[in-house]
Amino acid sequence: MTLTDTTAVTRRNRRRASSFGMAVARFVVTVVTTFLGLLAVTFFIGRVVPIDPALAIVGDRAPAHVVERVREQLGLNLPLYQQFWIYIKQALTGDFGISVLTTNPVMTDIARVFPATIELATIGTIIGALIGIPLGVLAAVKRGSIADQIVRVIGLIGYSVPIFWLGLLALVLFYAKLGWVAYPGRMDIVYEYTFTPMTGFFLFDAMWQGQWDVAWDLFRHIILPGGLLGYFSLAYISRMTRSFMLNELQQEYVVAARAKGLSETRIIWFHALRNAAVPLVTVIALSYAGLLEGSVLTETIFSWPGLGLYITNSLQNADMNAVLGGTIVIGAVFIAINILSDLLYRTLDPRTRSR
Amino acid sequence: MSVIEATLKPYSREWLLSEQPTSRHQARLGRAYVIWRRFSANRLALAGLGIIILLILVAIFADVLAPHNPVQGDLRNSRLLPPGSAGYLLGTDDQGRDILSRLIHGSRLTLFVVVLVAIIAAPVGLIIGTVSGYAGGWVDAILMRITDIFLAFPKLVLALALVAALGPGIENAVLAIAVTSWPPYARIARAETMTFRNSEFISAVKLMGASPFRIVLRHVMPLCLSSLIVRVTLDMAGIILTAAGLGFLGLGAQPPLPEWGAMIASGRRFILDQWWVAAMPGAAILIVSLGFNLLGDGLRDALDPKEAGQ
Repeated sequence: MTLTDTTAVTRRNRRRASSFGMAVARFVVTVVTTFLGLLAVTFFIGRVVPIDPALAIVGDRAPAHVVERVREQLGLNLPLYQQFWIYIKQALTGDFGISVLTTNPVMTDIARVFPATIELATIGTIIGALIGIPLGVLAAVKRGSIADQIVRVIGLIGYSVPIFWLGLLALVLFYAKLGWVAYPGRMDIVYEYTFTPMTGFFLFDAMWQGQWDVAWDLFRHIILPGGLLGYFSLAYISRMTRSFMLNELQQEYVVAARAKGLSETRIIWFHALRNAAVPLVTVIALSYAGLLEGSVLTETIFSWPGLGLYITNSLQNADMNAVLGGTIVIGAVFIAINILSDLLYRTLDPRTRSR
Repeated sequence: MSVIEATLKPYSREWLLSEQPTSRHQARLGRAYVIWRRFSANRLALAGLGIIILLILVAIFADVLAPHNPVQGDLRNSRLLPPGSAGYLLGTDDQGRDILSRLIHGSRLTLFVVVLVAIIAAPVGLIIGTVSGYAGGWVDAILMRITDIFLAFPKLVLALALVAALGPGIENAVLAIAVTSWPPYARIARAETMTFRNSEFISAVKLMGASPFRIVLRHVMPLCLSSLIVRVTLDMAGIILTAAGLGFLGLGAQPPLPEWGAMIASGRRFILDQWWVAAMPGAAILIVSLGFNLLGDGLRDALDPKEAGQ
């Protein structure tokens, strides 16, 4: 072995040892810059885009000294980078200012309404995954058949339909005409006094406490908005499942399994789907994040007292603190889910680990 | 060879499908012809193309096609008439305005939003992606970090906040949507650029003394266009839905403009008894975004047969 060879080998070993450290460092940089980017954008929207945020608060008829005092209180007389630094510090401690509409700190409001949104998005994702995955598998196995075409059309419409419009039509049909589901809102007014939630996830609380009549009422309220969000995540999940399954079914191990005489059901549901499940986890996580965002319009239609309705209500009352606080929270959760799904993908798929 | 034969030749099928094109013109036309053959074999894609062409025609000839005035209605005689009433095919809204006429004029606003977002966002993504991919190194690292940051944001919520700060209006809605939709284009353009950054024709142009600016502009960008067009077409439906959502929340086009999302919002009050006021504009949105999705799928399959059917 020549000298150059040995140095090459040691260099390679060193690189391998440091590659883990590099990966961690890169990961930390990714997370930190992404969150900083989110704060920079909301800072820009809140502070730079309006011509004078102080005027936006006191109105343009306020006397000059009042405007000046508000400017000082907001720190608007400081240079922009100092303002941004203060903004970051405040955001990290969960201080998004006071909501003009509710006069509470924005963070308190968000902590109150956010569980309702999470509950809705979770129900939506569960519905979407439970129906979407089998549909996707069916479409892939019977590729080109009528079933495949139907699944494709269901997905295409899901991609193309305005969610708020479908929600309105569903409300007319299932609530007004058929009376199958409850009116918009989260629960009957009767139960507001008899039911004391513990966690903010009402459906879970009611079942935990054994209050089945409350749980049934909650279910009748959540099923329509939850089903609607479920349809949207179904459109995405079924399409991706089909694509992953088509990919798996072409692999050689499927041929080997067939040659071994395994039943087609076993090959599809145990062997192929297990391998497709790894990227599917990412897809489901992403669709969950998408539903958190999609809840903004859905909650407006169904008067669902979550973060989306809070943001749109604040929008209509020009309550920028609340709007930006809500944007940061949804953005942060969105980013966190993105990063987590990426991490999960790496731990689940051994091929990405060895690289 | 007679004169007639020579003039006919450029239009024959063999000339288009020739394996050895003799001119750049012939090669380009031949490629376009092959893509068109693949595209037109897909019936759903053709339907999508038909819908989009129809939308464009309706938008151009809105003044001729619309039977009534889209902003001024007959308050005395024609409030909330159901579909199929005399002279009002799709019924009328609470101000006695013909819904069909409003939909026809609203197609202009839809096209306006879609085209403007594409004109703003696609070039931004193209420039960032190609520069990033061609330059590599630090430029690439920084530009891609920014792109990834924007890619990780929730689009609708960010657009909402931006319009809330800028003030409602269709131009601001366009701006907000454009700001949130360029990152995927940058990623695609970068990935394409990376595949032929080190290829021989780029080296050849470099040897001839072309500046990096010229290489990116004249030789890299044109090659990124086809995948970019596919992606932009596929995104059109999402853009329409976001714009309609903003309009529905009262942040997009302002009344009395016949924007489809805003029309749904104003029809919401009558949804239980006069369902058509909200239902018709929603159906229009569904049809148009379905058209864009079908067209985009068809284009992707035609331009990139590897991905077909996946």
